[in-house]
Parts: sequence; C-alpha cells; structure tokens
Amino acid sequence: MAFEPTKQKYTGAIRQVTLGTGPKAVTVGGRSCFPFYTFEGSMPNAPRIAMEVWDKNPGDDWPAAAREPFADVLDDPAAWAKKCVEVYGAEMIALQTRSADPNADNRPAEEVAAVVKKVVDAVDVPVIVWGVANHEKDIEVMRLVAEQCSGKRLALAPVEEGDHKQIGASCMAYGHVVVASSPIDVNLAKQLNVLLGNLGVRDDNILIDPTTGALGYGLEYTYSVMERITQAALAQGDDKLANPIINNIGIEVWKTKEAGQSAEEAPELGDPKMRAIMMEAVTAVSFLLAGSDIVVLRHPETVKLVKGYIEKMMA
Amino acid sequence: MGMTGIEIFKLLPKTNCGECGVSTCLAFAMNLAAGKAELASCPYVSEEAKKILAEQSAPPIRTVVIGTGNYATKVGGELVQFRHEKTFNNPTGLGCVISTDESDASIEGKLNRFKALQFERVGITMRPEFIAIQDKTNDPAKYKAFVEKIMGLTDAALILVSPNPDVMEAALSVAKDRKPLIYAVTMKNGPKMAPIAKKYECPVAIRSDGTLDTAMKITQNLTKMEIKDIVIDTGVRDLKTAFTHSVQIRRAALVDRQRALGFPTIVFANEMASTPEEEAIVAATFIAKYGGIVLLSDLQPHFVYPLLLQRLNIFTDPQRPMTAEPGVYPINNPNENSPILVTCNFSLTYFIVSGEIESSRQPAWLVVKDTEGLSVMTAWAAGKFSGEDVGAWIKKCGVLDKVKHKSVVIPGYAAAISGELEEELSGYNVVVGPREASQITKFLKAFTPQ
Ligand code: SF4
Repeated sequence: MAFEPTKQKYTGAIRQVTLGTGPKAVTVGGRSCFPFYTFEGSMPNAPRIAMEVWDKNPGDDWPAAAREPFADVLDDPAAWAKKCVEVYGAEMIALQTRSADPNADNRPAEEVAAVVKKVVDAVDVPVIVWGVANHEKDIEVMRLVAEQCSGKRLALAPVEEGDHKQIGASCMAYGHVVVASSPIDVNLAKQLNVLLGNLGVRDDNILIDPTTGALGYGLEYTYSVMERITQAALAQGDDKLANPIINNIGIEVWKTKEAGQSAEEAPELGDPKMRAIMMEAVTAVSFLLAGSDIVVLRHPETVKLVKGYIEKMMA
Repeated sequence: MGMTGIEIFKLLPKTNCGECGVSTCLAFAMNLAAGKAELASCPYVSEEAKKILAEQSAPPIRTVVIGTGNYATKVGGELVQFRHEKTFNNPTGLGCVISTDESDASIEGKLNRFKALQFERVGITMRPEFIAIQDKTNDPAKYKAFVEKIMGLTDAALILVSPNPDVMEAALSVAKDRKPLIYAVTMKNGPKMAPIAKKYECPVAIRSDGTLDTAMKITQNLTKMEIKDIVIDTGVRDLKTAFTHSVQIRRAALVDRQRALGFPTIVFANEMASTPEEEAIVAATFIAKYGGIVLLSDLQPHFVYPLLLQRLNIFTDPQRPMTAEPGVYPINNPNENSPILVTCNFSLTYFIVSGEIESSRQPAWLVVKDTEGLSVMTAWAAGKFSGEDVGAWIKKCGVLDKVKHKSVVIPGYAAAISGELEEELSGYNVVVGPREASQITKFLKAFTPQ
C-alpha cells in the first residue's frame, strides 16, 4: 500500500468575496486547505493579480524600469488602466490615489474622485481603490468615490481602525467591498473584522490587508502573520479571520533601494530591470504560498511570470 | 523526545534499584521523557534498549553537513512546518550546476559569479554555497579530471552528479576529503552505489522514481547499511507535484515521525523551468516550502540576490528581532556640514531609514542607537529611547567630532524626548524630523544644520 502522510484536519474554508460586476467580475477565496495544498482540500478560485495604476504621473517615484512599459499613458490614468487590461490582460486594476497625499500634491478630494470615476468607467474589470492611509483625506475621497461609483463593487483600501466607521459606512451604502487593514498582527486583524461586523458590514464584503512588507524589508513579518491568519481560519475555526487576503506588493517592492539602483550604482546586483522584476515576483510567490488571494503588482513582466506560476500551482 | 514515560519504562530493567538517583524505574522513565535525566545515569539499561531510545530521541529530520571548512554547509534539521511555531534552522542551500560539456568560458563565468555573490546584511553573510558537478562523459578518468579541475577553482560545497558507480568512485577518490554530496543512489544502481557512499563516508542523495514509496525503500536500504547522511530527491520535475511532495515529506517526518522520510531534500530548479526567471521562482517556492538544497542553472546576481534576501527573511528567527550594529553610519559621503540623524537599531528601521537617505542623495551621518531591536516608538514607550540615553550615546559614539554644526535630528515618533535631550546635549539644537521614513528626502532637501 502506498504511503500516505497524515492529512491536516480543516475546520472551515475561506469565504468567497466577489469584486466588480458583469462578465468580468472576479471571485476570490473559497479555499478549504492551506495555499495550494490541493491534495487534501479544494481551491475553487485561483489567486488573482491586480495591476497597479497611479492617479498621477509617478515621475521619479518609480524607477525607469517600472515607467518604461507605461511611458505613453503615465499622464492619463484611464488610458493607463485600459492599457493594463487590453495589452497586459489585467483581470483587475488597483488604482492608488497618490495625488491625494496631504504631504505631497494634496489634490482636492473632488478632483481625486473624478479621476477614479474615469478609470472605473474606462475598464470592465474590477477596480480596487487604494488611498494614502491618511484618515481624514481617505474618508473624504472614499465617500465621493463610493457614491459616484455606486453599485460597481469596488474594493476600497486601506480601511483602518481609525476610519473604519466612515469608509465602512460608505461601502455599505453603495455596495462596495472593504479592505480591512491592520498593522501585521493577527489579533488586530481579527478585531477590525469584528468592528466592521458590528458596524453592519457583511462578512463576504471584507478582504484582509495584513500590511505588506517587501522582500528584504519585513517580508517575513507579513509572511508569518498571513500563515497565522490562514491557520486560525482553516484549522482553528476562527470564522472572523476566514476572509481572502490582499497584498499591495508593487508599491512596497519598487520603493526599496535595490529595486531602484542602476547598474552603475550596484554593478554587483546584475541587470537592474530584471533584479527589480524578480524582487517583485519573489515577494509575490512568497505571499501566494502564505495565503494571498489577490496580489497587486506593477511590472507587466512580473504579472506574466506570476500568472504562469499560479496556473502551474493550480494544476 | 517522541516517546512517553510509559513507553520508555517498558524498556528499563524495572528493578527499582535507585542508582539513577530516583527511587523507581518509572520515575526515571518520566524524567527521561521530560528531558530532565540522561539515560547514562542508569548503569543497567540493555544495549537493545539504548539503541531504541537513541533512535527515538534522534531529531525528526536529520541534519546533514556537506562540504568542508568555510563552506561546511548544514541542511535539514528542521523541527516545524511553519516558521512562527519556532524558527527554521538551516537555510536552504543554494547553488548552480556545472556540466562536463560546458565551455571553459561558461564554467569560469559561473565560478566568478559564485565568488562575487557575497553580501553582508545585519551581520549575516548572504551567499550561495553549492556547486554541483554533472557528468556527461560517463568516463571515470575524464570525470575525475574534471572534478579535480573544479576543486582547484572553488571552495564551494560540492555535489557530484552521476548515476554510474564507477564514475562516482573515480571522482570520490580525489574529492572525498571535501565531503561532497554523492548524487545519487537509485533503486537500480543501489547495490553498487550505496557501498561506495559507505566506503568514502560522504553524504549521499537518493533519487526516487517520482514516488515517496520508492524514496522510502531506498532510504531504508541505506539506513540498514548504517548510512545516515541522506538527502532525498523524489525524482519529480513537475512544480506542483514536487511542491506536494515537499509538504508531505516535511509533515511525514514531523507529524508521523516517519524515519524513512526524515531527511533534507534537494530540488533541481534548473530541470523544472524553461527560462531563468521561471527557474528563480521555482527556487523561491522551495526556499519557502522546505527545500534543503535548491540548484539553479546559473548564478546571475539579478536572480540570486532576490533569492538570498528571501532566504534571509524566511530563515530569520521570528522570536529574535534582527538588529543593526549600533554606531555612526556615513551615508553619501558626509562632511562636517552634513546633518546628524538618530534612529533605533531595529534592522528594518535601519534599512528603511538608510535606504531613504541614500536615495535622497543628500549626505548625512546616521547614528544608530541600541534599542535592543525595538522600533523607535516601542523603544521610546519602553524607556529605551529616553533623552538621557540618546544624549549619552550621541556623545559617546563620536559623531559630534565629525561635524562643525550644532544640530541633531531625532525621529518624529520620539518628539517627546527633545526637551530632555537638549538638556543632555547642552548647546545643541534638537530638531524633530519626520515620523515616516518616506518623508526623509523632502526633509533633508529643506534642512540645513545650524
Ligand atoms: S538505575 Fe536503572 S534500574 Fe535502577 S532504578 Fe534507575 S532506572 Fe531503574
């Protein structure tokens, strides 16, 4: 008789969450085993990739290798999002509202929301709107975004303890999904989900953002918190943590020193473009193995690589 | 370990003579099970029982050492499935394959890259460890000469790759003192290959036919010959199946205490992908998920550096915060007019702050204060970043001799210590810097020390 190692006993499954509407809507979650452990459980929905778009030209904030594929659209977020979908096959868009940052451009909320609306209308795939983690500004922007994109089932992020009431209410009122964001801590992640529940947000309208650390810059903390959330949800019956996880990877990886160093600055680190792409891909692969359901990625080459990887791991 | 007190008790003489220091064999057995006694304290325990107990108390996954000197590399020895449960002990060994049919230029390129890939990070050297030498000649004399040549060019931990026992023995005759890994014993060549491993006392890999059952049969055969340092290759080259096997082997060894699978594994990423990019993410999969050794086809730094970072992260002890060495770090060639910035020694903070200063292209002196690995906010709350402490360290570390100005910048999160620090550093301006590292560039561009 063939040897069979002990099977992990699972007590539950990750709940399914649907983003977007119509034929291109995306459902994630539903997994009843540890990530890719399909020999002892099921993974009805593959993890998905959202491509990162900014609502302003990122300029020097992005290394040349990241700007290059989008050089023709960096000034037009709607065209940029369209390019991601039409040329690079993006199944989702993650729009970062960087122009709203009170410490930088501080563009008025009305203008920020109008650009979001344009992007949402330009594509037929689900859109995740990622704010600047400034409570006052995010509340203002997300209220307008939620209203103007009513019924589109966007995901609004980051929703933190300090602004969950306001952004949570906006999501409930206009049918959007909450990205519940907590600082790399299982208990805080759970607590925020409980608070959102008390507010009336339905469990299947919540994604967990555990806070993402890039490769070499805290990846291990995020990695272990995700494994702990997954274990609590699947093996310890903790229903309040049984939500899909999203990792905002591109923005974290591409701002690291190594992702931006030129060949002259770091000759010992090889080709700068390939190095940055691999840093993004290795971060994505690590988090997929730890339980990510949506990875937000920047470079089209990374997207292609990780997509191929997910297909093989789902086989 | 592994056995209960009652199970151990059954193996003891049951005479209750008391010479072990406790009055009964049962009490002694309980102490043994709890790790509070040594078996050697009982003079009457049988050889048979000793053997059983030794086997049972052996760690669930064997630690195998490959290579010698600076490159003596430990693989295996893991005790948990998830790093947060304790820690992962021995980082996945990384290396590349060199084949006998490669050009000299190609070989030289790989070995140069191997040598150049050495990075210091938080006091740890990150580097690949392994060179696998693959035979394509099937000629003992030729392979022996090739292995000798490579040995002369590198101190790497070596893996000798040939299914032919005669070829392997020829190479071992010159390479045995380097403790190479013999790759591999199979079901077919076992009767001839296994005795060679035994004779030369080198660690040995097994290659199965794609099943765990055959892998177990081969390791059991080797164990019977008292060969202990074994590494497993299940023979699978499909990513998903290899991943499944990797998980099942780890779980069988730890949860089922399956001795026949209690060994580190080896993964040939170079045979599992069609591009170097794919190869690298295959490697990433097995760095996270239980690979003992992962081999690539080459060692281009843009592929290997991200993998070394991932390995460093995954194998960091989660119970011990990583720390940067306290001291003064000159960044972007600072001079006597450059600002002084103070931060904590939590490694992540140090990396982010020094990275931001570097990319701002503004010269600065970064003073790292020992906070026992705590972040600025936590350290301040715990009283390890007080004005008095920080002031004393600034005076002691020598940074004040390097500048002509009288300003010190502290992190925004430690704003509360500025008064106390000004008292400690009388005559100096204490400037409260930004809270978030991402604002450092903006801050430095606008700031001139007075
Ligand atoms: S010395 Fe050995 S035989 Fe005597 S009591 Fe202790 S365990 Fe039993």
